[in-house]
Amino acid sequence: MPDGVAQQVIDFRPVGRMALMREFWAYFSENRGAVMGLCFFVAIIIIALFADFIAPHLPNEQYREAFLRPPFWQDGGSLEFPLGTDAVGRDMLSRLIYGARFSLFIGCVVVSIALVVGVVLGLVAGFFRGRIDTAIMRLMDIILAFPSLLLALVLVAILGPSLINAMIAIAIVQQPHYVRLTRAAVMGEMSKDYVTAARVIGVRRLRLMFVTILPNCMAPLIVQAALSFSTAILDAAALGFLGMGAQPPTPEWGTMLAEAREFILRAWWVVTLPGCAILLTVLAINLMGDGLRDALDPKLKRS
Amino acid sequence: MFIYVLKKIGVIIPTFLGVTLVAFIFIRLLPGDPVLLMAGERGMTEERHARMMAEFGFDKPILVQYGLYLNQLAHGDFGTSIITRKPVLQEFMTLFPATVELSLCAIILAVLLGLPAGMIAAVKRGSFFDHTVMTGALTGYSMPIFWWGLLLIIFFSGILGWTPVSGRISLLYYFEPVTGLMLVDSLLSGQDGAFWSAIRHLILPTVVLATIPLAVIARQTRSAMLEVLGEDYIRTARAKGLSPIRVTGLHALRNALIPVITVVGLQVGVLFAGAILTETIFSWPGIGKWMVDSIFRRDYPSVQGGLLLIAAIVMIVNLLVDLLYALINPRIRHTE
Amino acid sequence: MALLDIRNLTVAFQTGNGMFTAVDRVSVSLSEGEVVSIVGESGSGKSVAMLAMMGLLPWTARVTADRMEFDGKDLLAMGSGEKRRIIGREITMIFQEPMSSLNPCFTVGFQLTEALKTHLRMGRKERRERAVELLNQVGIPEPVKRLSVFPHQLSGGMSQRVMIAMAIACNPRLLIADEPTTALDVTIQAQILDLLLKLQQDNDMALVLITHDMGVVAETAKRVMVHYAGQQVEHQEIGGLFANPHHPYTAALLAALPERAASKKLPSIAGVVPGQFDRPTGCLFSPRCRFVTDLCRSSEPPPAPAELGSALCHYPLDDGVPLNHPDGKEAV
Repeated sequence: MPDGVAQQVIDFRPVGRMALMREFWAYFSENRGAVMGLCFFVAIIIIALFADFIAPHLPNEQYREAFLRPPFWQDGGSLEFPLGTDAVGRDMLSRLIYGARFSLFIGCVVVSIALVVGVVLGLVAGFFRGRIDTAIMRLMDIILAFPSLLLALVLVAILGPSLINAMIAIAIVQQPHYVRLTRAAVMGEMSKDYVTAARVIGVRRLRLMFVTILPNCMAPLIVQAALSFSTAILDAAALGFLGMGAQPPTPEWGTMLAEAREFILRAWWVVTLPGCAILLTVLAINLMGDGLRDALDPKLKRS
Repeated sequence: MFIYVLKKIGVIIPTFLGVTLVAFIFIRLLPGDPVLLMAGERGMTEERHARMMAEFGFDKPILVQYGLYLNQLAHGDFGTSIITRKPVLQEFMTLFPATVELSLCAIILAVLLGLPAGMIAAVKRGSFFDHTVMTGALTGYSMPIFWWGLLLIIFFSGILGWTPVSGRISLLYYFEPVTGLMLVDSLLSGQDGAFWSAIRHLILPTVVLATIPLAVIARQTRSAMLEVLGEDYIRTARAKGLSPIRVTGLHALRNALIPVITVVGLQVGVLFAGAILTETIFSWPGIGKWMVDSIFRRDYPSVQGGLLLIAAIVMIVNLLVDLLYALINPRIRHTE
Repeated sequence: MALLDIRNLTVAFQTGNGMFTAVDRVSVSLSEGEVVSIVGESGSGKSVAMLAMMGLLPWTARVTADRMEFDGKDLLAMGSGEKRRIIGREITMIFQEPMSSLNPCFTVGFQLTEALKTHLRMGRKERRERAVELLNQVGIPEPVKRLSVFPHQLSGGMSQRVMIAMAIACNPRLLIADEPTTALDVTIQAQILDLLLKLQQDNDMALVLITHDMGVVAETAKRVMVHYAGQQVEHQEIGGLFANPHHPYTAALLAALPERAASKKLPSIAGVVPGQFDRPTGCLFSPRCRFVTDLCRSSEPPPAPAELGSALCHYPLDDGVPLNHPDGKEAV
């Protein structure tokens, strides 16, 4: 063998985008909780999409002969209403199934609004710095000075109680987190050499912001999106519970709880079940979010 | 250190002005005529309407109105409730101790349980204890606390009959509030069983309100500890032959506390949000319930005043936490 | 009798992809007051071996050895409490990164006196006096003032001096210096090295110097162990090592020293130390070796006799000539 040239030992680990995805999945699937969360979440999506076929009854149909019927395994229950009926004779199971639609809808809308607006504001603040940055961040500080639920309540009081207004209010309240995250990530990326290189070769400003920098800031944003999806569901349910969110007879889980409050000591199922639905959905999303964070955050990755 | 404090205060002042602006705009943003809105379905005469418009200053230019509002605030006038006709500040101060008592108990419970749980979970990483604590914390973090409160009521009040359903103390006891904190007042009153009754009323709301901060603190402590335990100086401490208790309990914890303090501080806002729900469920006569009631009663001056006062309190507490953070972090304390 | 005697130490780490052997059958022994150096590239497992001896590895590490004795006491069989009476008192260690090796939340004085309190049960006043004395010994000006200073207010060189002061606080019999000068400015490196050697002679303690810098080795040690990919590939007296290296890796390392370069172009060793995923079969150095044969690629070499530096090679070098090599090839 010639001098100085050593035999190369080739690293056979795959490269490229697919390999990245596979590596991500390898880390993600290692976390059993995250996979369970993902399965449950997919199940909820399927239930929400096919609610019309799955639900045994219409969510708002009242059976006047069957008020507060207990679940089927208890005395007086029947398989006609597997999880019992509420105080006005509506089937609990069907209402819960339709409720999934509302929760997912709330999560999607809130996260989309908060994400898009938050990312743009954060990108602008982190990219331009100076006065624009100060103004945006001060505005976010003001929003953060109020307890989130209180601000959402007051916003709904201004806009009028309804599901749409509740979603807008929650999106506004969640805004600052996205702005702060994006700004911090953008500022971190701005000092890196590839950004300087892109500037030197004269990449246009908008392209620099959205094509060069933004994709490198996505990891924390994806995690935040997952976590704020669950917060949105919780907050919307809380608003519904306080009578400031979805209005009866909407089968939204928080609103269902509010209607059931007076029966807590008489009919456990009308109170327990909607709460269980909220808890499990939120838990599944949070498990998934934790798994995402561990898989995307290289700092916590094992070597 | 001094500069750090000045900087923090320098940020707070414009933010507070912004908060006053939000509170001011709030009433003007309500759709329709604010006076008619407050009157609700009762309706009112033309003459009374004009009088009220003048009373609230709605007939002046908007900037003048804001100037007047700031002037009012500077004189400690946070408006007058249109339901009780009492100054908002006075109402707030009578109800505030109830919320303070509840929140303090909740945060103390959360720190007392969350800190050691997170620490042990980090040290015994991967153990059964770690998995249990982390599963519990994630469940707590995902909990709709208004439902959690109802569940606890069903179980402990309904089935077991151990705790009362609502209020701060049994109606059997009556005494004049001295501090406003029921635990202290009931002791001062010297009445048999009053203190015990106050505790029994306090337990469930405290547990409910502590749930989310507890989960957050346990998770944060664990991750901060894990990070610190991997640091070089922990290896140095172990190379000195120090006991594991000294290494984790002193060298690691002291560093892990720095991020945890920040998180505990951020829980103040979370506590207020939680207090709104908790107080509503347990009919706890505090600020949270009062705010909800005021919104439903269309008592907008109360909402406005309450919004401003709560934001001010949250900001002051956050400032104090920042100071505490600087105090326990030598890198900030000892910079010229 | 040897002060430290380690035979066939093996350290394996549990990773996401199975076990990774970081240290493979390494033996170290040294007597009182002796200076020994361990050299090797980064990733050659030289620090891990010493950390394993100190018991400072994370829980994912699996440590085995035929023998691991300090002063006749078995370190493997010892309970953790008993071991802590030796670690930090009789055996101490300083690290590569002085800035991050000091706890940012405690003053220099606190960290300096901690070992005195734990091991020697000194009183407060006594500790303080000893701390000032120690800071004087390691050449820190204004020692009394420095006691109340926090680590972030010190420079890298100062931090390493403090680390050294901490390490010699209880008059240890063995000091392990893990790349003590790597993270420092070149001008400071010589100062720290001189300080270490002076303290070693004054206190008559044994010193294990872990480094990747052959220059440092030449200035300090009597005996040298060369590590490669977790294995000890050669073990020699310092004079012999520089004059007549027996392992091709040592020879290549020495050839890469600018001071010894014969031609205008500085020779280098192509490739990198194998990691977990590209570990060759047979001799671990075979992918980078000039004298490699099929035998090297297929079977693990046995250690050569002691007079050939226990070189872990099928064809140990003697005066640059690989013995028994099929090509009979001469080194350039």
